[in-house]
Amino acid sequence: MRHIISLLMENESGALSRVAGLFSARAYNIESLTVAPTEDATLSRMTIVTRGSTDVIEQITKQLNKLIDVVKVQDLTDGSHIEREMMLVKVRAVGDQREEMKRLTDIFRGRILDVSDKTYTIELTGPGSKLDAFLAAVDPSNILETVRTGASGIGRGDRIMKI
Amino acid sequence: MELTGAEIVVSCLRDEGVKHLFGYPGGAVLNIYDEIYKQTAFKHILVRHEQAAVHAADAYARATGQVGVAIVTSGPGATNAVTGIATAYMDSIPMVVISGQVPTPAIGQDAFQEVDMVGITRPCVKHNFLVRDVRDLAATIKKAFYIAATGRPGPVVVDIPKDVTQHRCHYDYPLSVSMRSYNPTSKGHSGQIKKAAQMLLEAKRPMIYTGGGVVLGNAAAQVIELVRLLGYPTTSTLMGLGGYPSPDPLFLGMLGMHGTIEANMAMQHCDVLLAVGARFDDRVIGNPKHFAKEARRIIHIDVDPSSISKRVRVDVPIVGDVAQVLDEVIKLLHADATQPDTQSLQAWWAQIELWRAQDCLKYDRTAAVIKPQFVIEKLYEVTQGDAYVTSDVGQHQMWAAQYYQFDKPRRWINSGGLGTMGFGLPAAMGVQLAFPDAMVACVTGEGSIQMNIQELSTCKEWNLPLKVILLNNGYLGMVRQWQEFFYEERYAESYMNSLPDFVKLAEAYGHVGITIDKPEDVEPALRDAFGKYKDRLVFLNFLTDPRENVFPMIPAGKGLSEMILL
Ligand SMILES: Cc1cc2nc3c(=O)[nH]c(=O)nc-3n(C[C@H](O)[C@H](O)[C@H](O)COP(=O)(O)OP(=O)(O)OC[C@H]3O[C@@H](n4cnc5c(N)ncnc54)[C@H](O)[C@@H]3O)c2cc1C
Ligand SMILES: Cc1ncc(C[n+]2csc(CCOP(=O)(O)OP(=O)(O)O)c2C)c(N)n1
Ligand SMILES: [Mg+2]
Repeated sequence: MRHIISLLMENESGALSRVAGLFSARAYNIESLTVAPTEDATLSRMTIVTRGSTDVIEQITKQLNKLIDVVKVQDLTDGSHIEREMMLVKVRAVGDQREEMKRLTDIFRGRILDVSDKTYTIELTGPGSKLDAFLAAVDPSNILETVRTGASGIGRGDRIMKI
Repeated sequence: MELTGAEIVVSCLRDEGVKHLFGYPGGAVLNIYDEIYKQTAFKHILVRHEQAAVHAADAYARATGQVGVAIVTSGPGATNAVTGIATAYMDSIPMVVISGQVPTPAIGQDAFQEVDMVGITRPCVKHNFLVRDVRDLAATIKKAFYIAATGRPGPVVVDIPKDVTQHRCHYDYPLSVSMRSYNPTSKGHSGQIKKAAQMLLEAKRPMIYTGGGVVLGNAAAQVIELVRLLGYPTTSTLMGLGGYPSPDPLFLGMLGMHGTIEANMAMQHCDVLLAVGARFDDRVIGNPKHFAKEARRIIHIDVDPSSISKRVRVDVPIVGDVAQVLDEVIKLLHADATQPDTQSLQAWWAQIELWRAQDCLKYDRTAAVIKPQFVIEKLYEVTQGDAYVTSDVGQHQMWAAQYYQFDKPRRWINSGGLGTMGFGLPAAMGVQLAFPDAMVACVTGEGSIQMNIQELSTCKEWNLPLKVILLNNGYLGMVRQWQEFFYEERYAESYMNSLPDFVKLAEAYGHVGITIDKPEDVEPALRDAFGKYKDRLVFLNFLTDPRENVFPMIPAGKGLSEMILL
């Protein structure tokens, strides 16, 4: 099953490599990992998307908690949550394609950030599945470059992760 | 007053109460060594290889319960220490290793003797630090000791760049540590403890399975009280030996790959299992699928939540310190009027006695060659079970575990998790330094002893009267055994040709060396070693049966009831 795990950790040098190292050393699957400091500059917030059986996910959260620099771990998949990812995608846009790409971008509530004679650079935000759907809707030969941030997640409503 | 970083390191060790520091100097730590030279609070033991410094500090910790401390220089000093650090990590040993690092401006420049120590050791430490600012130094060292010793213990590396040892700042050793990200649980959940007590009393075929956590957590007294209160059969892992007295009839011997029939069968067929500070290692339960074939309810006490339900699903997980949790369990058992089901218990014991009657540790006592098991039995007799026994890795290790009847914790000192050949001799040094008057024996093989034999020189310098008990079978015996059983006797590179003359070697290092090749000479040689040569290091070269194997044996990947017997 796919799980999305949030964690708060001390914003120390090397903190990211402790988490990345844990996943590779224990052969845990890692689909994406995002990290940045929080409003409290001493803390970093990380979102990890992983896959595994219930037993494996239990071990992953325990092992993450065991890292000395980790302050808090939450499996967002345990409750309702919001998850967003951002993608920048450069597509070929010549002739008729220009209008069609513009329309598609609007349907997906994306924004065209940059335009050249032959290309559009589009920003899209949403759950990963929406970004996938956008890419599926474009003829693959017209996709020139993509860059995705990986998912960031947060609990819904009163579900707050803070120390 | 302002101190240099080097002065701060030494002051911290002094204020932490360190009495022995094991190490080896080099460029990056010269400032620290200069301060070591000037102080008298602790002794520095100069080893002959950094790996030995770390093993000695590790064994010092195993024997005393205090944090062991080692210091090495940057680069090759640091990498030489890594095997020792990994060894301590796998067995959860509290240790602080200080490594020198190139000056901060040189970090990342491929500077002379630079390695990324924090990066290299990350997967085999409980935690590590690179100290970039002298103002963080004292607090970091304090944290290192705190992290090493609390919760599930483990090694902590503090990497200190050379310029930090020169910089100055005000010194204040912090009295306490508080970390928002690290708060190990010691008190168990009371609801779970209640369930556990209930489940124990309901058992018809109970089994108590103890591990290294009993030794690490100083909970032998609680285990003894619990076992005697209930009268339940008890076993121990390799790492827990001595936590419950081996000669006691309630004790079924060690379990696992080379465990006894009675321990392994009772483990497989019990209906309620109490696991105490033990981690269901693959050398212990073998194949988890086979283990799960038999239905049983499991209570698991461990201070590390990640040890619980890792390899085996448990019914009553209790996260907490063994001693504290067992105190609670015992209290509840005293308060509960329910009595264990005596009838079922009697039937269970009758079954266990049938397994025990197979006498799986028997061996040929009439042989004309020295049997290694016999040497260990005699060692037990001659030392009256009162020695500290360190060991290396291989068949000799298993025989020491099976035939020396450990009846006190912290007496059996070996590398279980990593299985590091070369551990035994430096470990014996660490123990002998901690307990100068104790009998210390290093049980080893001719393969293992050569992995850190240079330490005979350190032993000479410190006049350490430890005894090397070499079970010289002329083979990498444990490897040979696997090749005999599983590789159709193709003995690839398991024969140690051209062994040195160990007696001359011992003498060359300034010690006493004796070769023993007849069974009748075993006991007199041991008596001489612990009597006549009490104050000398004696290297006893026992020429033992080269073809002897360790039994019982569960082949890798098989289940607890699939033992190969003699
Ligand atoms: C050649 C060879 C053969 C071997 N054969 C066998 C064999 O036949 N049988 C065998 O048993 N082993 C054998 N081993 C050893 C094996 O590899 C493991 O090292 C060992 O079984 C682990 O022991 P343990 O489960 O007690 O765990 P340990 O590694 O000792 O771990 C201790 C556990 O206790 C917990 N703990 C620590 N402190 C506390 C506390 N205060 N409170 C609560 N919990 C605490 C820890 O979190 C951990 O989970 C062999 C090793 C070698 C090298
Ligand atoms: C550093 C290291 N290298 C290799 C091994 C693999 N190994 C395990 S036991 C063993 C043989 C040990 O031989 P010896 O010390 O003579 O002991 P014996 O088994 O003969 O008693 C080997 C090579 C190991 N455990 N450690
Ligand atoms: Mg050998």
